[in-house]
Formats: sequence, C-alpha cells, structure tokens
Amino acid sequence: MAKLTFKTDKCKGCGLCVDVCPKKVLALATEKINIKGHHPVEAVNESECIGCAFCATMCPDCIIKVER
Amino acid sequence: MVVFDKPHALSDMPMHYCPGCTHGIIHRLVAEAIDELGIEGRTIGIAPVGCSVMAYDYFNCDMIEAAHGRAPAVATGVKRALPDSIVFTYQGDGDLASIGTAETVHSAARNENITIIFVNNAIYGMTGGQMAPTTLPGQVTQTSPYGRDTNHCGFPVRVCEMLSTLDGPEYLERVAVNNVKNIKNAKKAIKKAFQNQVEGKGFSLVEVISSCPTNWGMTPQKALKWIDDNMIPYYPLGVYKDRSAKEAE
Repeated sequence: MAKLTFKTDKCKGCGLCVDVCPKKVLALATEKINIKGHHPVEAVNESECIGCAFCATMCPDCIIKVER
Repeated sequence: MVVFDKPHALSDMPMHYCPGCTHGIIHRLVAEAIDELGIEGRTIGIAPVGCSVMAYDYFNCDMIEAAHGRAPAVATGVKRALPDSIVFTYQGDGDLASIGTAETVHSAARNENITIIFVNNAIYGMTGGQMAPTTLPGQVTQTSPYGRDTNHCGFPVRVCEMLSTLDGPEYLERVAVNNVKNIKNAKKAIKKAFQNQVEGKGFSLVEVISSCPTNWGMTPQKALKWIDDNMIPYYPLGVYKDRSAKEAE
C-alpha cells in the first residue's frame, strides 16, 4: 500500500490532484479550512492508493509526498 | 521507498500563484532538472517581470531580478562573465514575446549558451488579464471584451516558429503541462535544455503552454481542457529545432 503525506497548509484547494487520481483516493475536505482559507485535499480512500504519483505530478504547489 | 517528493532546488516558500495555476508545475520541473543534473551550486536564474516576478523566492539557487523583458540580456552578461555557471531565465509571454522580443531574438541569433523557459498562457496575468501578443484570435480578455479582433490587433506571435527561422538557436521545443503525459514530456524537454547548456551546445528555449484560470475566468479543470481545445491547435507541440540531432543524422 502506498503512503501519502500532504503539506496541508500549502494546499490551495484547486482540485487538480482529485481529478487526475485513477482510483478516486483524494477529495477536498469540505469540513476543514487550512491556514490560507482553502479546503485542503485529503486522502479519503488511502487503502486504494497504488502510488502512481499522478496527483503529485499534477500538484502546482508540490504539497504531496508519495511513498510505496 | 519515496516515489515523489519536492525537489531540493525548489524552496519551501509557499507560492503566491492562484489556485490551479500551472506556474508551480513548471517551477518544479525546472528544479527537478537542476537536481538531476547536479548543478544547483553553479546555477544562476534570472527572474522576469510578470506573474513569476517573485520566482527568486522559489528556487534555492542564486537568482537575479531583471528589468521587464531584459532577462536574456542579463543572462548573456552573467554567462559571459561567469562561463562555468549555468544560467537560465524564466519568462512569461508578456515579458519574452512583447517588451523583450528584441532581447529574445538577438540572444537566439547570437546563439548565447543560455536556457530560456518561456511560459505562454496567452494573457497578461499579473496586471489583471489584458490582451498579450500571444492571445488567440477571438479570445476574450479585459482589453478585448468582444474577443481579439485580428483586423485591429493583428495575429498572435508563435515564438518557437519565429526563432526556428534563425540559424543561431540550438534547441527549440514547445510543450504543455495540462496533463500527466504532457508534464512528463515537458520535463524531458526542460532537462534537455539544461543539458545542452552543460555541454556547451548553445541557446535552448522551451516554450511551455500554461493555464491562467483566474484571468481566463474558468475553473482550474476547465482551463486545462481549454488548453487542449484551443491553445494546442494554435500552438502545436513539438521540437522546432534541434541542431545537434539534425547534424547527427
């Protein structure tokens, strides 16, 4: 199983990582707000993650670390 | 095993770009190329005027801020004074294709041994979305509210095609960063542009088709699709000049 780490406070909630994930692992946290005032991304389904790093490739702010 | 992490050459400073702006991706690709070639200690970047005016905060290598459009001229000076350094400029379309056209064309014609990363998003981002030289025909901007009228405003400048008519440049390629496949290709092109300079081959320019969700008035997702539907048909991706590869044939 792959492990995802987010620098949540740098997330701007653009959602590009959410769209690109082939396994629908990610979602924007609609109940949370980060230090910038955005809804940050979170892993809602981490056990499904295959560690392809598409999310991290697409992230403009480089907040995602992917380990396998 | 770490599959993906922030490259070392990219600093920890949070970027000021709008949500979904692909400048961040291009910054990261440049930093990855610097890391992979192991040239961080001798790299000097030249920041432009435009959205990426504060690029000097985001890279861990030495950076200089140039006057509007003059980054290739500053890069020429740095490279000639310090020939062992690796010099790159990071410029937008308002900087490189408008006020800095002369510097761009002449540094290419002289085949200066520098690397230029040209970010083309078809609009002036920082000043609030005015029409740029690269704005597509019919595209709505703040200063072309009925769409760009080519009878009145002329036609967009295709920088790679224009420079490819010169004998000077070593390497010209246009890439995009609107999906994972294009990002991988963009990374290869940017790394090659730096590799060319390390090998002393000469002027390398990579044009990166980028999005501007805020000023295009779209969500980040729609902006990436708009690149596929409108930008890439007008600005075809591909290698426009690769002199060493041609000579090797």
